[in-house]
Amino acid sequence: MYRYDEFDARFVRERVAQFRDQVARRLDGSLTEDEFKPLRLKNGVYLQLHAYMLRVAIPYGTLSARQLRQLALIGEKYDRGYGHFTTRTNMQFNWPRLRDVPEILDLLADVEMHCIQTSGNCIRNVTADHFAGVAADEVEDPRPTAELIRQWSSLHPEFDYLPRKFKIAVTGSAHDRAVIKAHDIGLRILRNAKGEIGYEVMVGGGLGRTPMIAKTIRAFLPKHELLAYLEAVLRVYNLEGRRDNKYKARVKILVHEIGAEKFTELVEAEYAGLDGPSIDADPQEVARIAAYFAAPAYEKLAPRSSAYETAKAENRAFATWASVNLFPHKVPGYAAATISLKNIGEAPGDVTSAQMRVLADLAEKYSFDELRITHAQNVVLPHVKQDDLFAVWQALVAADLASANAGLITDIIACPGLDYCSLATARSIPIAQALAQRFANQQRQIDIGELNIKISGCINACGHHHVGHIGILGLEKSGKESYQITLGGDATLNAAIGENLGPGLAAQDVPDAIERIVDVYLKHRKADEPFIDAVRRLGLEPFKIALQETLHAPA
Amino acid sequence: MPLLDRNGAKDNAWVISEDGTADAEQIIVAYAHVKEALAGNGRGRRIGVAISNTVKLAELLPHLAEIELVSITFPAYGDGRGFSIAKQLRNAGFKGTLRASGPLIADQFAYALACGFDEIELPDAHAERQPVEQWLKAVNAITQTYQHGFGVQNILDARRAARANGK
Repeated sequence: MYRYDEFDARFVRERVAQFRDQVARRLDGSLTEDEFKPLRLKNGVYLQLHAYMLRVAIPYGTLSARQLRQLALIGEKYDRGYGHFTTRTNMQFNWPRLRDVPEILDLLADVEMHCIQTSGNCIRNVTADHFAGVAADEVEDPRPTAELIRQWSSLHPEFDYLPRKFKIAVTGSAHDRAVIKAHDIGLRILRNAKGEIGYEVMVGGGLGRTPMIAKTIRAFLPKHELLAYLEAVLRVYNLEGRRDNKYKARVKILVHEIGAEKFTELVEAEYAGLDGPSIDADPQEVARIAAYFAAPAYEKLAPRSSAYETAKAENRAFATWASVNLFPHKVPGYAAATISLKNIGEAPGDVTSAQMRVLADLAEKYSFDELRITHAQNVVLPHVKQDDLFAVWQALVAADLASANAGLITDIIACPGLDYCSLATARSIPIAQALAQRFANQQRQIDIGELNIKISGCINACGHHHVGHIGILGLEKSGKESYQITLGGDATLNAAIGENLGPGLAAQDVPDAIERIVDVYLKHRKADEPFIDAVRRLGLEPFKIALQETLHAPA
Repeated sequence: MPLLDRNGAKDNAWVISEDGTADAEQIIVAYAHVKEALAGNGRGRRIGVAISNTVKLAELLPHLAEIELVSITFPAYGDGRGFSIAKQLRNAGFKGTLRASGPLIADQFAYALACGFDEIELPDAHAERQPVEQWLKAVNAITQTYQHGFGVQNILDARRAARANGK
């Protein structure tokens, strides 16, 4: 994991002092509320429906045990004993007081964390594949690139007042687990014909009101040219992006309006005029960062652990959890374990301080002191010996963290919705809870197989509903919540935006509608055909009919 | 309108004369009149130009050598286009004075300097609310940043220096 050196540490401390000073200048009237707002947002402080919310950056979703314990402490001391992981792999505290914020920022700085640029019209927390360093199909670990971008984008003098927020994601694998095509910039690490490492650069993806899939503007950018090229992209966006309408201000709209070809032309023209080497990080700096992400000291193990096989044979619940929640590790004898934060009936992504401490202990004891947060709002122990899996699972059971539903129909992504958010037009969490209850049966979930439901409580789409296999969008229609269902979205390299199935539904009808949709799939699927493949083969029509049946079902 | 640079408040020696007809030795003309002002500049007046943040730089580039000051308008503190225009002007080799004109806030002072600005011109009421002392304090809030090529001392060079010293 990356560790701060003296320079990083001082930078973050100075940033805390700067925020204290900004709060003081707001209180003495030097800054107006309008002027203060972007300053507080760039320190992660939002004004929510009931209270302030603080969003803590978890760069590329990587945490140590010590950091997670500090988050547990903050949750206890300044919140109501829990925290909430977001789809940007950040942690949100929903109930801090504004005057406590500088103190919380100090506590975060103590463990090399911050809230810098977790909000506002600037470059946001950089995300990466949560199986970085684990997946066998990886060309290169994306985290050193993500860390380089984190540093470069922090308080960038030129790009802190962009037309709108700007999100960057990096993957090092052919299989995209970081939804890079739904980002303002998506970077895919790859090798060219000569075997050199570089990036495919995709620009202009995004969800929100106008969902767009990112377009490739550079098929291969040599690795060392990254920062200068990003500078060119951001400069074009800063100058040309629309500022007349905040809903048309994201780079996706610019790329869409002038076309990917013209956008590429502008970027390449700007880039040609830059003195790349004076902007890019030098190779020693890149190597310095990469060294922090060197593989941990794995043991040499047999590919199959007899202790693990025996435990599975003897304990059916463990075997189920293992078959659903484990991801194969590139090192023999190890596995990555997804810890679901989607217990039936609870808010997706919520975790109590006590649970955070259990997770921290497990990471320390069994996973080289490392945890990952996923964009699906779950936690991963990336490097667990198969021999230890049963012990890990037992500890998870005791902490109520052993739901065997990773990737299944009850592993639902949901934004905070109208329960917390001032932008929301409908509730999200209760819909997620009702659906989870409807599909609670373990065997039924496994039988249905991989199926992502994603729920947003307004058109800003924080719940990524556009790229859910089944997407649910909560709107308000003449004073009532109304839920639109989309089908066929995909968050991987085959990225696709889901299509609307028909008119909106009342909240209480959503579980019936989803059940009917799932029944159509179960009836028509071929052998092991996953849900999303069946939807592509069958088209929307049979599912539309199912939705109509829900609408006209007798009350 | 009050003017300040990295040393504090400063006098404004430039006279704004949109069409360039003012009888003064240092004039800032509107972008639309800059060509005629330069062409008719027989008596060696110092000429600056005020530009909006939507101007296409290519049109200004041929005249950069003769222009001594470019004043870039910030219509609102949240509109960051001026930072990129300043950076592009410096990248293009502009050696004259760069002025940011508009309701910037003290917390943007360091950014402005890093992007190549020399001075900030503030609306009166704005400067009254945010006195010069706040600007001079804010500009030093972050002593080193991560970007190469933005003037100020940066962490990447500091790390390199530390490596060279065998630290």
